[in-house]
Formats: sequence, structure tokens, C-alpha cells
Amino acid sequence: MRTANILTALVLLAMPVAAQAAESVKLDRAPIDSNDFVSLQRGAHTFINYCLGCHSANYMRYNRLRDLGLNERQIRDNLIFTGLKVGDLMKTAMAPKDGKEWFGAAPPDLTVIARSRSSHAGSGADWLYTYMRTFYRDPSRPTGWNNVVYGNVAMPHVLYQLQGEQVLKTERVMRPEGYAEDVQRLVLDKKGLLSPAEYDRLVADLVNYLDYMAEPAATKRRTIGVYVLLFLGLFWVLAYALKKEFWKDVH
Amino acid sequence: MAATEKAPVTGAGPFNGVLTWIDARFPMMHLWREHLAEYYAPKNFNFWYYFGSLAIVVLVLQIVTGIFLTMHYKPDAGQAFASVEYIMRDVPGGWLIRYMHSTGASAFFIVIYLHMFRGLLYGSYRKPRELVWIIGMLIYLALMAEAFFGYLLPWGQMSYWGAQVIVNLFDAIPLIGPDLSLWIRGDFVVSDATLNRFFSFHVIAIPLVLLALVGAHIMALHEVGSNNPDGVEIKERKHPATGRPLDGIPFHPYYTVKDTLGVAVFAIVFAVVMFFMPEFGGYFLEYNNFIPADPLKTPAHIAPVWYFTPYYSILRATTENFMWVLAVAVVALGALIAFSSRDVRVWIGAAVGAALLVVGFFTIDPKVWGVVLMGVAVMIFFVLPWLDRSPVKSIRYKGRLYKTALALFVVAFFVLGYLGTQTVSDVRTVLAQIGTVVYFAFFALMPWYSRMDPTKPVPDRVTW
Repeated sequence: MRTANILTALVLLAMPVAAQAAESVKLDRAPIDSNDFVSLQRGAHTFINYCLGCHSANYMRYNRLRDLGLNERQIRDNLIFTGLKVGDLMKTAMAPKDGKEWFGAAPPDLTVIARSRSSHAGSGADWLYTYMRTFYRDPSRPTGWNNVVYGNVAMPHVLYQLQGEQVLKTERVMRPEGYAEDVQRLVLDKKGLLSPAEYDRLVADLVNYLDYMAEPAATKRRTIGVYVLLFLGLFWVLAYALKKEFWKDVH
Repeated sequence: MAATEKAPVTGAGPFNGVLTWIDARFPMMHLWREHLAEYYAPKNFNFWYYFGSLAIVVLVLQIVTGIFLTMHYKPDAGQAFASVEYIMRDVPGGWLIRYMHSTGASAFFIVIYLHMFRGLLYGSYRKPRELVWIIGMLIYLALMAEAFFGYLLPWGQMSYWGAQVIVNLFDAIPLIGPDLSLWIRGDFVVSDATLNRFFSFHVIAIPLVLLALVGAHIMALHEVGSNNPDGVEIKERKHPATGRPLDGIPFHPYYTVKDTLGVAVFAIVFAVVMFFMPEFGGYFLEYNNFIPADPLKTPAHIAPVWYFTPYYSILRATTENFMWVLAVAVVALGALIAFSSRDVRVWIGAAVGAALLVVGFFTIDPKVWGVVLMGVAVMIFFVLPWLDRSPVKSIRYKGRLYKTALALFVVAFFVLGYLGTQTVSDVRTVLAQIGTVVYFAFFALMPWYSRMDPTKPVPDRVTW
């Protein structure tokens, strides 16, 4: 048994620390809360108004938004603008072929985007939160926009009226170590309809919604998980007592 | 006939009558006694002996959840990805079934790897359990096939490109390679035809093989009896009156209740992963697999799921430079074999074998050898019972040499596994090559170090 223990310890020691290749861009942490229904509803509203025009959410049904504390009438009256039924999937009116022709790449489906954008650098929500806030003016791009997280992205900055227009400024700063370094940072060049704080909130709500949409059952999953663990804890106690009782007579 | 000779079933209260009726027509009590109530297992099983019963639990879990998933899944390139999301959203409880199945896949490999490691610790593959081990290895192969076919079904980017990479490995086989991979795919690229046949293999062909092999594994085990952490044969010390092994206890109720406890602990760990981290940091469900398969867009980094990564590392480690290492290793091994024998035929055999391999290393594409090495890395476990020449079974009585060798092997397995999840760099390739050498040295040198290793005396009875 001792040898086995030593071997187990060796195995654990040898497990390589999951040091992941650092992403070139540090992602901001998305300030989201899956229990905040107001935020989720606002996010759904932003999603349907701004994103659904080009992007689909083909695996998500409108009436699933009842999860967010809405009833079917509210969903129909406030969130469906395309004449679809409340049980329909969130399709986009734009044909992928047109998207490819107009932007160079068909806008991807966004249903599970928050899951596919996860990486060791951060959650998918972090990526989306950073992405939506780091568009900047770049005259060399066909759309006039570029992005810090997703270089040379085909998507233009859809929310620029709200955020305003950022530019990427390069500044030469003196490092404390005594050498000069070029640092790039985004500067708001033209103000938008929202203040930077308001815009960050809007994006956070949108990302909160995207995160919810990627796995609508997530909240339920965690709730059920707690009860399952409580049950299994009880089961463990009983199984342990049963084993003790039976093994008393093994000598 | 037999019906009249059998004693009636007792102890089942109101069911005695019906059970007696069945037992007169079916070997019910015989099976019950042989495999449970009167199967004598050593009483000194420790932690490592939970994983056999856990493997059966996971197998049942995978089959049952698989049945429900098959009710809703569509094996169609145009619908597969959407049908998985449909299961995750619109099928009541579908997300739970799907997560059980996806977590269960990884859990199956964790349990099986620990189960196999137990064999390495206590020499469970040694005589008379060689066939138990070989059948177990066949189960492991079937499990790998099952996992590989199943991983294509969600039809995400990793599903698609992972399958593409693995099937393309067959391309490397000389002469028949390209035709063979074409035949496996049923198309020139992984496509709807591939998805359909993989679905068929995953839901019926391989599970049937698995179930039959598991049955054979248990039958073979119960024929020879279980090994134990001391490697002592309990059948050699029997009670003179009853004829029962002195250190044996009936599997039922002792190990049924003990394994129930094991299942409880396993279920807790399983539930923590399934309910709170079903993706397990991208290792159980890869993030890229949430992007639908796109035959026109190759992902920058294709990594198989974690349980295949040690072998994937070995494949990638076999570069052109590595052929020199292999050549030296093969010549050295040939010399060692020749040196250990006085038989001229062995000398000739070792020389010719080594010469042929060395010529092959430098005339055939290293890619082919990568595939060969990967295959050998899995298959070599089959001959383990004949590589281990130690006079004792259990690591408890083996010497420093075997303990060091096993520790190095485990470290190499983990390092290779980790490297397989990462992109290639020069340093990582060298590390993977060192890992590969250690991995194979564990097996190739075993006949020598296991014999040289000073051992401790094995007790007559199990230590308890």
C-alpha cells in the first residue's frame, strides 16, 4: 500500500501544471450574473435589435425566453419583429450567402458562441465582452473597422453609434526598468450616445444573454446538482454504514 | 431430469416457489453461487480494486444514456450538430442525459486507466491470469474504437477534424493506405457517409463486442480467481473441511456492499463534474466542438480528446531525427537479446530483425513509423505477461528497479498526455521523444530489469 501511495504521489507531482500559452490580448472579465433577469432581458433586447439582423440563433426558440421571467405575450409583443411564431427558432432574415458576399465571411450562428469562444485565456463571455468593446477605426479595412481581440475581423462595429468611435493610439512610454516601449491603447475619438460606463453595461447585459443562450439549462443544472450531491452524500453515509456492518465479521 | 435433482430454492420468502420453478429450468442458482455468493475473493482488496466494478457501472450508464440520446440524435451531416443542441434545449432532461454521456466517456477512460494501472502494480496479468489481461486489453481497444466513433457524432469542428486526422493515419500504410482510408470514410473526405457508418459502429457494432468481451473478461477472472495486493494465490491455502480459501470471502455480500460504497464516492465525483463543470476546462468537451463542422476551415490546432493524447504525442514525436534514436535503440535491444542467449538461432534472429528494422527506418517515411509506434504503444500491453520475469507478482515484494521503472513510465504517460493536448514546438517535440523512449523502455527492458531486481519474500497468506 505504501508503494502504491508513493506512486500516486508521483503521478500527481508529474501532472504538468496546465500552463497555457498566453493569449496576446488579455481579456477583461465579463461582469455578468446569470440570475439577474433584468440584465438578461436587456441583453435579449439588444441581441434581437442589433445582432439578429445578420446573425442567427438557429438552435434557440423565442419562447425559451420565458426562462428570463417573460411570458409569451411579452415575448411576442416586444421581441419578435419578423412575424415569426413564438415557438419558432431565432432565425435571421439575412441569407448566409449574402453575408459572405457582403462581408467576406458569413456571420456565424450565435447560439453557442459563448461556449465556442471559451479558451484557457478566459470564458467565452470574457472574450465576447472584450471583443464588443475593442472595435476601432481602421481605414485600411473594407468596413473601416478593426478589432483588438479579433484582428482583421470581417464584422463592422454595429454598436458604434452607442459607443462612439475609438482609435488605436501608439504611445512611447518609459518603463521603470529604464527603456522605452511602444504601448497601444484605445482612445475614444468621437463620443457615442452612451457614456463609456453605460456602454460597458449594455455590452455586459448582451454578453450575459449570449452566455445564457449558449446553455439555457445551466442555472437549472447547478440547482439540481446541489440536490443530487445532498442525496449522494446521504447515500454515501448509508453505504458506509452498511459496509462497516457487514465487514465486522471479516477477520 | 435435472429438474428433479435440484434442491428447492430457500431463503426468498414468498418467492421460493417461483424461483424454484425457474431454477429447475435455468442455471439461476448455479450462476448466483458461482459468480456472487460463493465466488471467493481475497479479503485484502484496497483502493485500486474498486475500478473493475466502477467500469461496469460506467458501461451501463453509457449504454442507457446512449439509448436515450439515440432517440433524439440525427446521424445526418446537415442535422447532427443541430440535433445535439436540440437535445440540450428542447428535449426534456436532454441536457442531463447528454452530459451524463459526455462525462461518462471521459470517466470510462479514467476508470479503465486506473484499472489497468492496478494490474501493473500488483502483477494481475501474471500466470494464471494472462487471458484475463488479454481480454481486458481487447476491451480497451474496443473502448478506444467506441470513443473514436462516438466523438464524430456531435459534428463539431474537433469531431470532424479529429476524425479526418485519425482516418488519414491509415493513408500512411504502404500500398493499400489510400484505398483503405477511402474505404473507411466511404468518401474522399469525412462526410455524411462517414457520419452514418460511425454512428452505426458507435451504437451497435462496438457495444455488442464490448458487452461480449466484458462477459468473457469476468468469466475468465472467475475461473482463475482474483489476484490481490500481495500477489498471493489464495486458492493455495484452503480450509481443510470446507475447501474454501482461507483468505477468501464471498463476493456477495462483502464486495457488493464495499463496491456500493465505491459507487457512492464515484457518483459524487461524477456529479460534481457533470453538474458544475461539464466541459471540464475544455478537456471533456472541447470548446472548438461548439463550432459546427466546416470541411473548408481547418482549425489551427487539432487535438484529440485527452484519453488519446499520450499516443498522439508518440505519433508526433516520430520525426526524421528521431529515426536515429530508434535505430540505436533497436540495435541495442538486438544486442541485448543476442547477449542474453546462447542459442545461435536467437543471435541470427536478433541481428536480422534489427537490421531489417534499421533499413526500414531510413527507407520508409517517418510518418509511417509514427503510426506504427503509436499502434505498438497500445498493443505492447498484450505481451506484458511474458515480459515480466520477476519471481513475485506484487509491487510490494518487487525491488527498486521495478518501482523506478513503473514510476518513470507513469510520468512519461502523463507528460506525453499533456504534450498531446498542446501545439508542437521544438522543446515539446524533444520532451515527447524522451517520453516515447521512456514509454517503450519500460516494456522493452522489462525482461532484464524484472529478473535482476532483488525481491522481498512473499508471505504465505495475504497481509491484512
